[in-house]
Amino acid sequence: MPRGVTEISQSVFDLHMIIFWICVAIGVVVFGVMFWSIFHHRQSRGAQAHHFHENTLVEIIWTLVPFAILIAMAIPATATLVKMYDPSDADIDIQVTGYQWKWRYQYLGEDVDFFSNTTTPKEQINNESEKGENYLLEVDNPLVIPAGKKIRFLITSVDVIHSWWVPAFAVKKDAIPGFINESWTNVPEPGIYRGQCTELCGTYHGFMPIVVDVRPQAEYELWLAEMKNIKAQEIASAKQSISMEELMSKGEAVYKTACAACHQINGEGIPNVFPAIKGSSIATGDISQHIDIVLNGKAGSAMQAFREQLSAVDLAAVITYERNAWGNDSGDKVEPAAIDELKMAAKQ
Amino acid sequence: MNTMAKVEHTEHHGPAAGLTRWLYTTNHKDIGTLYLWFSFAMFLTGGCMALMIRAELFQPGLQLIQPEFFNQMTTMHGLIMVFGAVMPAFVGLANWMLPMMVGAPDMALPRMNNWSFWILPFAFAMMLSTLFMEGGAPNFGWTFYAPLSTTYAPPSVTYFIFAVHMMGISSIMGAINIIATILNMRAPGMTMMKLPLFVWTWLITAFLLIAVMPVLAGVVTMMLMDIHFGTSFFNAAGGGDPVLFQHIFWFFGHPEVYIMILPAFGIVSEIIPTFARKRLFGYSSMVYATSSIAFLSFIVWVHHMFTVGLPLMGELFFMYATMLIAVPTGVKVFNWVATMFRGSMTFETPMLFAIAFVVLFTIGGFSGLMLAIAPADFQYHDTYFVVAHFHYVLVPGAVFAIMAGVYYWLPKWTGHYYPETMGKVHFWCSFIGVNLTFFPMHFIGLAGMPRRIPDYALQFADFNMVASIGAFIFGFSQLIFLVLIIKTIRGGSPATSEVWDEPHGLEWTIPSPAPYHTFSTPPEVK
Amino acid sequence: MKPVKSAQQKNRSMVRTLILSCVLMFGFGFALVPLYDVFCRITGLNGKVLNTGPNAPTGSDKNRTIRVQMIAVNNESMPWEFRALSPMVTVYPGESKQAAYLAHNPTSEKMVAQAIPSVSPSEAAQYLHKVNCFCFDRQPLDSLETREMPLLFVIDPELPTYISTITLSYTLFDITSTKAAESDLLSKSAQPNSTGRNTL
Repeated sequence: MPRGVTEISQSVFDLHMIIFWICVAIGVVVFGVMFWSIFHHRQSRGAQAHHFHENTLVEIIWTLVPFAILIAMAIPATATLVKMYDPSDADIDIQVTGYQWKWRYQYLGEDVDFFSNTTTPKEQINNESEKGENYLLEVDNPLVIPAGKKIRFLITSVDVIHSWWVPAFAVKKDAIPGFINESWTNVPEPGIYRGQCTELCGTYHGFMPIVVDVRPQAEYELWLAEMKNIKAQEIASAKQSISMEELMSKGEAVYKTACAACHQINGEGIPNVFPAIKGSSIATGDISQHIDIVLNGKAGSAMQAFREQLSAVDLAAVITYERNAWGNDSGDKVEPAAIDELKMAAKQ
Repeated sequence: MNTMAKVEHTEHHGPAAGLTRWLYTTNHKDIGTLYLWFSFAMFLTGGCMALMIRAELFQPGLQLIQPEFFNQMTTMHGLIMVFGAVMPAFVGLANWMLPMMVGAPDMALPRMNNWSFWILPFAFAMMLSTLFMEGGAPNFGWTFYAPLSTTYAPPSVTYFIFAVHMMGISSIMGAINIIATILNMRAPGMTMMKLPLFVWTWLITAFLLIAVMPVLAGVVTMMLMDIHFGTSFFNAAGGGDPVLFQHIFWFFGHPEVYIMILPAFGIVSEIIPTFARKRLFGYSSMVYATSSIAFLSFIVWVHHMFTVGLPLMGELFFMYATMLIAVPTGVKVFNWVATMFRGSMTFETPMLFAIAFVVLFTIGGFSGLMLAIAPADFQYHDTYFVVAHFHYVLVPGAVFAIMAGVYYWLPKWTGHYYPETMGKVHFWCSFIGVNLTFFPMHFIGLAGMPRRIPDYALQFADFNMVASIGAFIFGFSQLIFLVLIIKTIRGGSPATSEVWDEPHGLEWTIPSPAPYHTFSTPPEVK
Repeated sequence: MKPVKSAQQKNRSMVRTLILSCVLMFGFGFALVPLYDVFCRITGLNGKVLNTGPNAPTGSDKNRTIRVQMIAVNNESMPWEFRALSPMVTVYPGESKQAAYLAHNPTSEKMVAQAIPSVSPSEAAQYLHKVNCFCFDRQPLDSLETREMPLLFVIDPELPTYISTITLSYTLFDITSTKAAESDLLSKSAQPNSTGRNTL
């Protein structure tokens, strides 16, 4: 078990080791007696069976002794648990939302909000290329937090139950649709920490990793400013027109992270489970209907609303890509500005 | 089976010939045999699924099966092993042995007995048929947490619900039969505190079944209503709560875990005294320990859900209650060890399995105690550490005890001794296979590998490979068991009525093989 | 002396008892649903907010302030724009506070939503009294309509002193296709179907 980097994770580790050694000690005694009798009291060694079969005193003793050991275990366990439930105010509150199959992080009061997708390429998963060092534990946008600050996580989900776990922090909390759970950490050491979703959440449960990038306070502030800057740029660039080539190449990249898990790289989907986009009536038909389904999702299906998940440019790019890739050659081009207008209309 | 039928034909009122004998039988021995064969078939089916899982996990990356199918395999493996293999095996043993142990001519309700068996093949046929349905089989884990199993489930979930209903009805009927047999059909002089421990543990198990199987039926009914009739028991949108599902499920689920282990305690408590040639140490404390485990099982269910976000007081209460279970369980282990102490032991196959049970079950108990510690559980929960824990208590726990029981009573059933060397080979292969499979899972879990994932990060690779190799050894060594049983049924050196050296119990006073009808006139128990 | 019952009679009465207890346990499974709600109300488990209506406590405690964080979550495939007007408010315990969420339906269809509240830490749930809340009712919105959805709450001065921040989250669910929403879809006016009714 990782010792972890936070005070809590270290006391959990110590607790784990204490209990482990107590169990080992009990095991040695019990199995010791057992194997000793197996060795000495066997018929082949001429052992005669004795005829005792009850001894109230011994029985009472071996009921009370384990009880005492348990109390000894319960004391440090209770202390650690109480420490975990520290309700004092946090320096930063982050809302963590589970989606099938990605995480969303929203910095409350900071207007910073992004999704974190796995970036492990399909080729590595399908054994067509060498697996990277952080195979299945890498994401495009890690959660960035400052070192030495108390961070509170408000954990929820929008679809099924997920569970947010970073072993190095000893933080594991279920993300439950409709309900909010909280947990906190305070990481003294900057570094990159990795975890995974730990509650079965559907097909790609094994492919929604968590990466937390802990930085010194100053670097964290720089990052925060940069995030806001990028967002401002995104808004600005949404007003500009982009060339068809650029839209297509950007669209392909977005498609791979956001769409390919279900609709597949080749756009053919999975029969009876995820519909094909290649040659579909939506992707080759009315463009406004296509935009509508990508932005707003489809009720009662696995198709999510991507309005919030992607920027206007990315949305325009991916819709353009879907309308022109795999022989869907409609020639349609979706302008980021048009998408931006739709997005802004909602925000007025 | 033919030979067996022939042997029994010589008795008066022998069984009917042909297939109808099995279809219409109300004889407890026939039904016991049916249960055991059915459970063995399910054990192999669920085992094949486990091997598929282990084959996929042999190396990182997706090689053989896709994630969607992997989830279906984990789900079906769990359901089949729990409801199809372990529980029917215990019911089968109960059918064979309980009437013989309490000195009754048959089960109390023979026709109901027939029913409760014959529902099962249909339930499982229905469940397995979902594998071939559009949208695939249930893929939400054997714990079927809502809303993954309601709003997000494949259409086959409805068949799954009905299959669970049928299994539930079968188990409840079995339990009613067992309670009635034990309470009403005992031979004169067979007082409660003279009952063999296997009977005692089954009596308590049967009460647990009566108490919790209806709750399971209730929870799947609520799912059915949520899916098809627009209710919102588990859907937050309509004011329901997905966590409520987990509470109800585990209110069933935790006693269910003990349903699968208490009869195993009983079997081991029969076997160890026989081969230590000494009476069981602390009989009455065994009975009290079993009862208190059964009682505690109702107030600890939340330890399966420490991470759902509970208030501090809740976590503390369930942590303490769970830790308490270690006390009666410890008493049992100490009693077994004390029974062996100063005995005169021999190590035939049943004894080997029983000793392995004591050791490996205790290891599973230790990891259980560790899981009970709530703050540490945050690190263990839903990782391979949990997988290691419950496989340790269920495979070398429940399954080994069942195998021990089969070896122990096989000569009584067939009238032949099984080939001892072959039995020992089977034991050692299984023992090595089991430990190779499940011991490394402790390490993988502590290193941080979540359960129910079809592919994993590179640092988990080595131990996963070891576990997969172990799984194949364990899986294929069960074929030895199959061959051994068939061989023993067909022939072998004839068994005496005592079979072993001065064993205790009424079942050893009747000839081997046990005649089709036994104890038509109740024996006198002094 | 009691007449001796035959084995069969004894079996029959036992079966009756046992089947009855099964039926009872089946009922108990369902009884767990309301029991669980009671349990939640007592312990605040899961942050379920159940206390509603204008029976709020009076008398405010000016000695401390409580930060109330307002969070908006859209359940999957809920395309509405949904956010708190002021994500963070500071209140005295006992003080009535008005807050609001903004919702906008960007689709071309009329839709109906239901907001589900949740409070963290869960211990605080029983001290957060909602006098009036948009989550009491279904919320229909016409295509492209925007509405401010009000909320009036009071924090009980009894709130344990170790709690200084309360998070109130609303998850918006799309319930357009459910039976309950049919009447909302038919009604022409897009007025909220009632205010201040305590139906939850």
